[in-house]
Amino acid sequence: MKHLDEYRDEKLARALVERLRRTATKPWVLMEVCGGQTHTLVRYGIDGLLPAGMEMIHGPGCPVCVTPLETIDKAIALAEMKGVILASYGDMLRVPGSTTDLLRVKAQDGDVRMVYSPLDALRLAKENPSREVVFFGVGFETTAPPNAAAVWQAARQGVMNFSLLASHVLVPPALRALLGAEGNRVQGLIAPGHVCVVVGLDEYHEIAREFRLPIVVGGFEPVDLLEAVAMLCDQLEEGRAEVENQYTRSVRMEGNRHAQQMLADVLEVCDRKWRGLGEIPKSGLKIRAKYAAWDAEVKFDLKETRVDEPAECISALILQGRRKPTECSAFGVRCTPERPLGAPMVSAEGACAAYYQYRRHEAESELAGGVR
Amino acid sequence: MSVLACPIPFAADEFILLGHGSGGRLSAKLMEDVFLPAFRNPALERMDDQAVFNVPAGRVAMSTDTYVVKPMFFPGGNLGELAVYGTVNDLAVGGATPRYLSAGFVLEEGLSLETLKQLVNSMAAAARRCGVEIVTGDTKVVEKGSGDGVFINTTGVGFVPEGVSYSAANVRPGDRIVLNGSLGEHGITILAQREGLELGGDLRSDAAPLHEPCAAVMKAAPRLHAMRDLTRGGLSSALNEIARSARVGIEIEERAIPICDQVRGACELFGLDPLYVANEGKMITFVPEEEAQAAVAAMQANELGRQARIIGVVTERHPRMVVLRTTLGTERIVDMLAQDQLPRIC
Repeated sequence: MKHLDEYRDEKLARALVERLRRTATKPWVLMEVCGGQTHTLVRYGIDGLLPAGMEMIHGPGCPVCVTPLETIDKAIALAEMKGVILASYGDMLRVPGSTTDLLRVKAQDGDVRMVYSPLDALRLAKENPSREVVFFGVGFETTAPPNAAAVWQAARQGVMNFSLLASHVLVPPALRALLGAEGNRVQGLIAPGHVCVVVGLDEYHEIAREFRLPIVVGGFEPVDLLEAVAMLCDQLEEGRAEVENQYTRSVRMEGNRHAQQMLADVLEVCDRKWRGLGEIPKSGLKIRAKYAAWDAEVKFDLKETRVDEPAECISALILQGRRKPTECSAFGVRCTPERPLGAPMVSAEGACAAYYQYRRHEAESELAGGVR
Repeated sequence: MSVLACPIPFAADEFILLGHGSGGRLSAKLMEDVFLPAFRNPALERMDDQAVFNVPAGRVAMSTDTYVVKPMFFPGGNLGELAVYGTVNDLAVGGATPRYLSAGFVLEEGLSLETLKQLVNSMAAAARRCGVEIVTGDTKVVEKGSGDGVFINTTGVGFVPEGVSYSAANVRPGDRIVLNGSLGEHGITILAQREGLELGGDLRSDAAPLHEPCAAVMKAAPRLHAMRDLTRGGLSSALNEIARSARVGIEIEERAIPICDQVRGACELFGLDPLYVANEGKMITFVPEEEAQAAVAAMQANELGRQARIIGVVTERHPRMVVLRTTLGTERIVDMLAQDQLPRIC
């Protein structure tokens, strides 16, 4: 299949692995930021192809995982309200809140609809004028522009029964928090390709300067990731700390200006809690006051709650690369994708869930070896 | 006396009414106008409360399934055909020759009679194609809003030849796994229909009866251990079930598994894994190594197995686990799905 097979090609991948083996002289520690990249990496076993000692840390870039329990509880409360249709992307539906999840609410008379775009939710609102339609808008800079566009359109068309429950998060503040934390081990960063498609490279140049950190904007296919790793390795070996773009087929320096304008018109920066990382200042986006009529937080009287995460969960250590998922005592036992204790086990793009799905045989054979 | 007789309402010609399930005159009319002409056979025509038929020596296989697909009509098939093929396939992969079906209908009040006729006629044609007779049935009508158009249950009976005993538990290390064609076409066709997605090309459901490929492979590979049709949960679920029940490991080659471009493209778009997507005309066969090539050749000689190939092998390594060798030469687990796959955010 064109535009796909060439990025999953064994020969190209092998050539990149060979190049890495020739150039790498130290056990470099790299982080891929985006959950989609983590998923590919674990699914294809790419970290296993890297030169001995070289290590990948799986970053905080899974939007489903980092959405705080409190926000999921709010979505659940909305879905349980009479007269409300809660529309959401599919993968948020089974993420457990503190007591239940949206699929269960749906089974018990809540009107929960799976949609593929916030504009589908806006259409639902027009088709159901006597109901309130709320779109559950989570995600990074990638999903923020379409959600902003839905609010902008609702305002322009006077669709008053549509609103957005916005819980957007921004990548750079989380990266700064992780990179600035004591004991940070990350020496090179694969920046999230799709986020950069929207926002461009400016902020990543700042991060590279601030932390003297080589950064390569990477794609999501196996060959993309291997090439990004090889480019980072070259920078590290040569003592450079620059921003380079591996994902040139999608990312432009300046990003997508239209998307940025839409985002800035409707949304503004705010403090935000991240599941697994806690409160990070100026790390989220919320709806501007001028669009308050389409802000579900304002429109509905939603209780502010505070839910503590299970003490056994070591997700902060996982996200900082200080532990591998398989090194957690709860992994696969008390913490599974069906009953996750913490953020990285919640969605297939979280590090723990990806290990659970694709690597359990390694954990189990280690375990069996230990018993023998 | 005709003045006192309750007239059959005019709408009875066009729509299903609650009365069609009452056991009264409307029910009888439905039987005479719709079911009997389509399914006509001696056992059914006796109109007794049960079908009675002769059974040859040997063992009898029985299977049941309920069909609720939405939309009821889709490229490559419809609910009626599925209700016949699905149950026929469950019998055929057990080595049975499918012979008789029952058909239970749950109709929603207000269903167009024309739609019902189309489904019933499709069932009749599908049954003829499979050499089975629909010998007994039942119809219930539920109030509007309590159903979703039509639900169909079929139960099938087939006869298992002497000496044939296939079971997942028979699968042994060294067995080769033969797949009869490309994956995911039914599931993606239905998804595309539901979401109004244009995938281009002519993607159709693979809905088809597997009794002929089953018979062909049984003849060509008499020592085969097990067959399984791939339905909900796709290839992955079938392999995982077998790995667990036979307590063996299974290794498959990503490169060997045929998947057409439209299915691959749609899966990329929705974040789905084609190994978990539903099929309605695909099967896997577990054959000892020495009979594997004969099994592939027999499959390929059949219309429904042109793309047949060996996709993997049963091993003693990692018992109860299915491992895939990726196109990069690395390995990963192919796990049992906890629930349905859900399209992802980004």
